Amino acid sequence: MKKLKLLVNSKTFTVDCHPFARLLDVLREELKLTGTKEGCGEGECGACSVIMDGKLVNSCLVPALQAHNKKILTVEGLSNKSMSPLQKAFIQCGGAQCGICTPGMLIAAHAMKTRKKNPSKEDIREGLSGNLCRCTGYSQIIESVQKCGGRS
Amino acid sequence: MRGYLPDYDLSSTENLTEAFGKLAEGEKPFAGGTDIMVLMDAGVLPAGRYFDISKLKELGGIKVLKDQVSLGALATYSDVRNHKTIQKHFPILVESAKEVGAIAIQNRGTVGGNIANASPAADFPPCLLVYEAKINLISSSGLRTLDYTQFHLGYKKSEIRPDELIQSVLLEPRFLDYHHFWRKVGSRQAQAISKTMVAAIAKVNRRKIEDIKIAFGSVAPTAVRCRKVESFLLGKKLTSEVILEAKNILTKDIQPIDDIRSTGKYRLIASQNVLEEFLCGIG
Repeated sequence: MKKLKLLVNSKTFTVDCHPFARLLDVLREELKLTGTKEGCGEGECGACSVIMDGKLVNSCLVPALQAHNKKILTVEGLSNKSMSPLQKAFIQCGGAQCGICTPGMLIAAHAMKTRKKNPSKEDIREGLSGNLCRCTGYSQIIESVQKCGGRS
Repeated sequence: MRGYLPDYDLSSTENLTEAFGKLAEGEKPFAGGTDIMVLMDAGVLPAGRYFDISKLKELGGIKVLKDQVSLGALATYSDVRNHKTIQKHFPILVESAKEVGAIAIQNRGTVGGNIANASPAADFPPCLLVYEAKINLISSSGLRTLDYTQFHLGYKKSEIRPDELIQSVLLEPRFLDYHHFWRKVGSRQAQAISKTMVAAIAKVNRRKIEDIKIAFGSVAPTAVRCRKVESFLLGKKLTSEVILEAKNILTKDIQPIDDIRSTGKYRLIASQNVLEEFLCGIG
């Protein structure tokens, strides 16, 4: 076991965990941040997406050791007191149905908007290409991201 | 079932000397984790001690040197696709990096990992073969440089010794007046491993081929340079007869098989067709 320091959603946490434990499990089980979901567990579906030191990553593929002293943003960190414009757009456009993919979609869209100030439809499609949704058919998700333009 | 955590260890590593010590004790390097964590999830990662190499400065970064460009083993696919010099001189490396997994994988997967895994379906090796890259391997006894063509020995087998780490890949920017072509054939655009893929570059003068280099992935135990097709095409004008014959000769350069992703038959025909697509685009 190792003592690790994580800076999650602007708060510092110290956890004792196995260095090979998945960041996904540390977030959900140690920090009780259950917004981040597990889908495939092998980097294919994007449900576990978080932003680590400014970069989109699959938290199921990050060992806890490599998250030590890193800044991590999860879906819980996207909203402050009220929902972010991106989250509101998902509601307005029907971008969420069963909800399992939604936290990952929001995080991937947020990361894409940080990289590209005025994303094209192609940028959005590429930015979300690592996230699978089995409900919406994707159109509403892409519309949601388009609707709030450069804001997230 | 997932691997049992107490069977594993992962330690941080601050410098190369420490890394060589860990290699000598049988520990295995861990970089971006995009392969190792998947094996762990599937319960097939060999138990043992691993060490994190992601902080080793000697293995990182993309450096533009006087006559060559050095891709550090820890450079990620995102680093490759966003680098101006790579975009200008080695565009198919950028194209291939864009098609690995999706953004989250590209942010974590590394050049060294892509090579070290020695999978025939890895996306960079065909590009490195046509750009005639060199590879630097580093150990406590120093650095050795190999032509990339010598590196892959067979299915998941490579030249790397247990005491070595991949340090970097070296590329010479001498292909500005070439056509560059990359095509990956997979089940979908993102998050798919290829059924076949081709990297090719050619210098053409008045429809005549002055120089040509072609490599395929996923259709042999390693990525392969297609020497028979290349020597047939050299000096020729690209008529439809020549292109047809090149497609026939390709069957001698590649040995596609049936596996979980495709069949040998499909792979052969698709490979011949992407070769034709390349040749039709440069004549």
